[in-house]
Amino acid sequence: MDELLQEFIAETRESLEAIAGEVVAWEADPADRARLDAIFRFVHTVKGSCGFLDLPRVGRLAHAAEDALAAVRAGERVPDRALVNAVLAIVDRIGAIVAAIDAGAALEALGEEALIAALDPAYQGEKGIVLAQSAAIQRGQSRSIRLSVDLLDRMMNGVSEMVLVRNELAHRLAASGDQAFEGALDRLSHTVAELQDAVTRTRMQTVDALFSALPRVVRDTAAELGKQVTLTIDGGDVELDREMIELLRDPLVHMVRNALDHGIETPAERRAAGKRDIGRLAVSAHQSGNRIIVEIADDGRGVDTERLVAGIVSRDPMRDAELRALSPQQRLELMFEAGVSSRDIATATSGRGVGMDVVRTNVEQIGGSIALLNRPGQGLTVSIEVPLTLAILSAVVVEGGGQTFALPRQAVHEIVATAAGATRIDRIGDGRIVTIRDRRLPLIALDEVLGLPARDPALLAVLEVPGGSYALGVDTVIDTEEVVVKPASPAVMRAGVYAGMTLPDSGQPMLLLDAAGLAEVAGLRFSRIDRVEEEAPPAAVEEAGIEALLFEDIDGRRRAIPLAAISRIEPLPAASVHHAAGQHWLSSGGAPVRLVSAVALRAPADGWSALRLPEELGGAAYPVREPIDIVRLPADIAPAAAPLAGVALIEGEAIELIDPLALGAMLAAPRLCLLHGAEAGWMEIFLKPAIEAAGYRVVRQLAPGEVAEVALAMDGEEEAGVETGRLLRLGRSPADPLYRYDRAAVVAALEEAA
Amino acid sequence: MSASELHLVGRLGGRGVLFPATQVRRVVDIADIVPVPHAAPAVRGLAALRSRVVTVIDSWRVLDLPSPPPGRHRAVTTAVDGHVYAVLVDDLEDAEPVEVVPLPPGIALGESWAAIATGSAVRDGEPLLAIDLTRLIARAG
Repeated sequence: MDELLQEFIAETRESLEAIAGEVVAWEADPADRARLDAIFRFVHTVKGSCGFLDLPRVGRLAHAAEDALAAVRAGERVPDRALVNAVLAIVDRIGAIVAAIDAGAALEALGEEALIAALDPAYQGEKGIVLAQSAAIQRGQSRSIRLSVDLLDRMMNGVSEMVLVRNELAHRLAASGDQAFEGALDRLSHTVAELQDAVTRTRMQTVDALFSALPRVVRDTAAELGKQVTLTIDGGDVELDREMIELLRDPLVHMVRNALDHGIETPAERRAAGKRDIGRLAVSAHQSGNRIIVEIADDGRGVDTERLVAGIVSRDPMRDAELRALSPQQRLELMFEAGVSSRDIATATSGRGVGMDVVRTNVEQIGGSIALLNRPGQGLTVSIEVPLTLAILSAVVVEGGGQTFALPRQAVHEIVATAAGATRIDRIGDGRIVTIRDRRLPLIALDEVLGLPARDPALLAVLEVPGGSYALGVDTVIDTEEVVVKPASPAVMRAGVYAGMTLPDSGQPMLLLDAAGLAEVAGLRFSRIDRVEEEAPPAAVEEAGIEALLFEDIDGRRRAIPLAAISRIEPLPAASVHHAAGQHWLSSGGAPVRLVSAVALRAPADGWSALRLPEELGGAAYPVREPIDIVRLPADIAPAAAPLAGVALIEGEAIELIDPLALGAMLAAPRLCLLHGAEAGWMEIFLKPAIEAAGYRVVRQLAPGEVAEVALAMDGEEEAGVETGRLLRLGRSPADPLYRYDRAAVVAALEEAA
Repeated sequence: MSASELHLVGRLGGRGVLFPATQVRRVVDIADIVPVPHAAPAVRGLAALRSRVVTVIDSWRVLDLPSPPPGRHRAVTTAVDGHVYAVLVDDLEDAEPVEVVPLPPGIALGESWAAIATGSAVRDGEPLLAIDLTRLIARAG
């Protein structure tokens, strides 16, 4: 709210400055319509904001002035000197109150009734009260200024330009072999990077900018529908790129309206269903990694998927068998199909499906996704997940038909070489099908789809699109890079295969491909049946022939991890790892990434690499000394305890195989350490940081169902009721085996317990 | 509309043309163009103008004229709905105030030219066709 108030103050102050001239001109010529309109607009705007910001005093003044001016505009009243004076007095008073709010000072409400009364044509009071006491308040110092987004864009462009120049300079210097400027260039690089970061941050805005309109939307829609709804808003302080906020505005309002219209029942229906009369709608935002999740949850009737299916079948009987085979969740997702009309869903009169396909398309266009959680009879939760900033996207750069393109990293499931013999390509009709590890996928070639000179693809990128997957044949994969995506012009977007454009460091514009658009242009049509097949659980690790990456772990042992569980391998500079909140973090420009390992983590040495896990597994980084080779796992794997999936014999050596799911689980739930007994308070104060540093979450009480991996108690304390894997006892004297002030020993014991 | 307004005088497909100065942001030379496969033929591609990526419009294609071979071409840039376009031309001469009047009746411009023309003017005895860049771009996509 504070920020809104600040904005209101800044805005009002600016308008006051701007209309100061109008006021004087109007005073000189009360019949001047243009001046009248300008002043009317001002009081009207102020009145609107005041209702919202709960500033009744200013609101009343503005309202009164607006009424009087409206009468003049409607020709019901002729402006005379008395009216002009009265209006001006009110404008001044608004300025004085706003200045007082800004300065945090109180301004007595003296004479405001008289100011309002003076607007009355019949007012006969003393004419002298106007323009009283407006000076006394000192102007509060403004700590924020308003900037146009244009200016920010220009700054952003300027910084991008600097990056290009820096690159060129570095390139030339490297070519000349002259090392004299190396230090200066490093400093320049550092400054440019910081500047880029700062400018990026100026583009961030709190989600409040998005949420602030919702109370009004809910109020109006509920009143229209004769429903009662309480709205709770949470997480308004989460920051998001301002462009993203603009793009989310319509989908969010749409979803909120839908929830009110079709989710929440009328009071009578709710009573009949045993619910409170007043429906609840909760809108929240939170950040998870470099994604923002906006949730809209209602406690209405949910979606009747049976009815949804029946509706579609009644129009398209051919799909009956297909739709019957779907799981409940897949049925729910039918809401997103284009043309699913209101009649199919929820109620006889209207439905949730209206425009949901459009909402999904909009969200996906900005690199987001949308998920539904349906509790029939109890409500629906819609989660919209979008990247933190529209501007930066992790992309795979590919080449096809002699031109380079970027593919959103998120859409690329894996990349396989056609030459490796693990794939088989067959012609079927005019199309092609590729078999990769027993999975058959439609194959299209990038060069052919785009009408470029075609040749046999060397690499296949398996892309995930709504409704299925397909393989895209490309000539080479150049690298992965973070690209700054800019919207492409309509003339380019009409090609139907691009999601945007970017200007990489090379200075050559590059197009960002749209995986779903390519499939559509190539004529691929995904039926829901294929999807059912594909959703069979991924092949278990125990199965023969799984490819795995063999690597040397940070403790010097060789271990292996299934290749499919790695999204990429990147260098891990020692300086990019930090220790905070009991965890090791990798900061690589974007949001910090958790480090995770099968062994105890420590600060990395130079030359290490990081195996990046896919987002589904938490997107963490697994530090390794060195990736060694890609190996094929044998059929026989001896079981082992998590986080190992087992031990496999590879080239005569017993290799521990990492279970990626266990790594994911480590991220989700750090190990628990229970502080037990009367001295728990002491332990919390003295030992908590050390325990957290050892990778534990510290609690003094277990939640129902929680089991602590380790518990700490003082010597001689009761251990009744401690359900735990291990109990460590702390001694009170240095002679005890585990003396409580011996930090190193406690940490070592905890790490051993892990 | 009889007052003189500043226009850029140029040549397009061998004809004299006028672009309103209010629509033109800059005059640039464009050499490196990254094609946009699968887009309309009149979309030449993308070019980087400093740190900005612009969409390059093949004006000859828009007007059903033979396009000159690839190479360095002069262009005017203009912004439509926040996107910047570079519209290729044969050549640009000068900026000067020109009085544009409605086309005299009875002239058959052809469909493509008619769709983008807003009027005409005469300079040194030569007739010049005033072109609306926004309309030209709309016909490219």
